[in-house]
Amino acid sequence: MKSKSWSSLRLHAKIISITVFTMAILFLFLSPFAFMVFTSLKTQDQISIIGAPIWPARPAMYTYNDKEVEIFSVPLAECQGSEDERGEQELAIVKKGTRESTFVDPDNPERGEFTCAVSWRALERPWQFSPTWQNYIEVWETIEFPRLMGNTTFYALSTLLGTLISCTLVAYGFARFRFPGRDFLFVVLISTIFLPAFVTVIPTYTFFQKIGWVGTWLPLMVPAYFANAYNVFLIRQYFMTLPRELDEAAAIDGAGPWQILWLVIIPQSYPVLLAVTVFHIVYSWNDFFGPLIYLSTNRDAWPISVALSTFNGIYGQRPQLIQAGALMAMIAPLILFILAQRFFVQGIVITGVEK
Amino acid sequence: MLDQLNRAAFRLPSLKAIRNMSPIAWREMKSGLTFLAPWIIGFIAFTFLPIIASLIFSFMDLRITDGILSSPKFVGLDNYVRLFSDPQIWTGEGGTRGSLWITVRFGLIALPVGILLPLGVALLLNNPNLRGGMVFRSLFYMPYIVPFIAAVFLWGGMLNAESGWINRALMSLGFARESVPNWANDINWVYPTYVIMGIWGIGNAILIMLAGLQSVPTELYDAAKVDGANTWQSFRNVTFPMISPVIFYNVTLSMVGLFQYFLVPLVVNNGTGRPGGATMFYNLYLYRTFFTFQNMSYGSAMAWLLFVIILVATLFLFGTARYWVYYAGESRS
Repeated sequence: MKSKSWSSLRLHAKIISITVFTMAILFLFLSPFAFMVFTSLKTQDQISIIGAPIWPARPAMYTYNDKEVEIFSVPLAECQGSEDERGEQELAIVKKGTRESTFVDPDNPERGEFTCAVSWRALERPWQFSPTWQNYIEVWETIEFPRLMGNTTFYALSTLLGTLISCTLVAYGFARFRFPGRDFLFVVLISTIFLPAFVTVIPTYTFFQKIGWVGTWLPLMVPAYFANAYNVFLIRQYFMTLPRELDEAAAIDGAGPWQILWLVIIPQSYPVLLAVTVFHIVYSWNDFFGPLIYLSTNRDAWPISVALSTFNGIYGQRPQLIQAGALMAMIAPLILFILAQRFFVQGIVITGVEK
Repeated sequence: MLDQLNRAAFRLPSLKAIRNMSPIAWREMKSGLTFLAPWIIGFIAFTFLPIIASLIFSFMDLRITDGILSSPKFVGLDNYVRLFSDPQIWTGEGGTRGSLWITVRFGLIALPVGILLPLGVALLLNNPNLRGGMVFRSLFYMPYIVPFIAAVFLWGGMLNAESGWINRALMSLGFARESVPNWANDINWVYPTYVIMGIWGIGNAILIMLAGLQSVPTELYDAAKVDGANTWQSFRNVTFPMISPVIFYNVTLSMVGLFQYFLVPLVVNNGTGRPGGATMFYNLYLYRTFFTFQNMSYGSAMAWLLFVIILVATLFLFGTARYWVYYAGESRS
C-alpha cells in the first residue's frame, strides 16, 4: 500500500514537472506576441522613456498649482514631519534636488509642501496602465488597410480556385490510372520542389515583362491553375486510401472517369480538400516574394505582405506602428488557424510522414 | 514524400512496353494523361522551358532597362568567366568573404538548429507524462502561419538593442548595457539573430517529427526495455531509425531552402549586406543582379551555378540515405 501511493506521487511529480517545463518553453516561444501587443499600444513617449515597464504605461502625475508634476515613491522616514513612519508613499515632487527634494502629498494636499532627504534620481516611479489605440488608427489610414485586405483576399481566393481544380485532377490521374511512365512523371513532379526558384523565375519574369504582365496579378494567378507538387501529393495520398470498390461499382454502372471523380471520389474527400484550402489561403496570404517582384511597381495592387515590408524603412524610429501593422496583417491567418486547426495538422502529417 | 525518390521506385517507360499495350491499357493511359494534362502543360510552360531559357540566357547579354528588354546578344562563356572570378561570390585572398561562403556558413549553423530544435520539442510533446498535448501541439505550430514579414518584425523588435525584450532580459540578469549584443547590426551576432528569427518556422517540422514519433510501435520500446536498454540506447536504436525517414525529409528540404536563403537579410538589413557585407547571401546577390540591376543573363548564370550546387548536394544527401535512413518493411542488405 505504501509503495503504491509512493509511485503514484512520483508519477504526479513527473506529470507536473514535464508539463510545467513545456509551458515555460511555450511561454518563451510565444513571447513575441506579447511584445507585439504591448508595443502596439504604446505612444512614442512611452517607447522612448528609459526605465519604463514593458507594458504600455505612463508615469503617474499630479496637478499642483495648475502644473503637472511627477509622482515618486518616497520612503517616509526621510521626510520632514514623518520621521517615525515606515514604508513608502507616493508623493508629488515640487522641487527636484539631488540631496533634498520638496514634495506634496496628493492624498493630503492640506499638509502643504515638505522636504525629504532623498535624491529624486534614486526614486522609483509608480506606473499607470495607459494603452493607446491611436497606432492602429494611424496604420489603418496610412496604408489604406481595407484595400490591402481586399487585394490579399482576391489573390488568395482567385488562386485557390485554380489550385483546387488543377491539383484534384492531377492527383486523380496519379492515384487511379496505371500506365507506363506514370511513376516517372510522379518523380519529376516531386523533384520540382528541389529546383531553386531563380532558375525558372528569371526567364518567366523576362517573358512576363515582354508581354506586359509585370505590374498585374496575372503572373501570380495563371500558374496556380497548373497544379503544384505539394498539393498534388497531399490529395493523391488521400485518394489512394479510398477503397477502389466504389469506383469499380460505379464503372460497372457505366460511369466514366470524370463521373467517378465527381460523384464518387470528391464527395469522400472533403477533409483533404479543406486541408488544401486552408494551406493555400495561408500560403497566398503570406506570400511575399511573388508579389514583391511582380507588383512592386503597382502600389494599388499590393497585398498586405508587400505593404508591410515597406514599414521597416518608413517607421524605423516608430516601432509601435510596425507592431500594430504586423498584428493587423496576421489576424486573418490566425483566425483561420484557430477555426481549422485539425485540417492543418492532418495535411502536414501526410506530406512529411507518408510515402 | 521523398521515399519514391530514395528507393528509385520507378522505371522509365520502355518503347516496347508501350507498343505492346492492349486497347484497354491504351484507354487507361489516355484518361490518365488527360487528368495529368494541367500539370504536364504547366510543367513545360513554367518549369521546363524556363530552365532551358535560363541556360540560353546565361550565354547571352540580356538586360531590361526602363522596362524594355535589350536585344539579345550571344557572348559565349563571358558570364561564366565573370562568374568564376567574381569576388562577390568566391572568397578572395584579402579576407573578404564571398556570398557562397556566407550561404554555406550560415547553413551549417542554421541546419542543425532547424532539425534539433523541432526534434526536441516533438520529443517533449510525445512524452507520455505531458498533459494537454493537443493544445501544446497547436500552440507550438501557430507561429508558423504568421506572415513572414510580420514574424520578422516581431523578432526584430524583440532583438532591438535598446528596447527589445531579449536585451532587457539580459540586462535584468546582470549583463552590463555595454556587453549586450547589438544583434542584427553586429557582424558577430547577425547570424545568431537570423537563426532566432527563423525559430518561428519550426512548427511544420515539429508536427512531422511528432507524427513520426507517434508511429513508432510501442512493442519496440518494450523489447528494448527487456533487453536492458537505457533511455539513450533506446533512442539511438529504436526511435532514431524509426523516425529517420522523417528526419531525412526535413534535412533535405531545409538544405534546399537554406541554399536559397535571402528574404530575411533582404528585409532586416535592407538587402545591403550590412553589417560589413556579412549578410550578402548568394541568393541575395542573385536577387539584386536579376531584380535590382535587371541583368537577366548574369542572373541566369548565377542561378544555374546554384542549381548545379543544389543538385550535387541533394544527390549526395540521397547517397548517404542508405547508411542512415531506415524504411520499415525493406531489408537493408
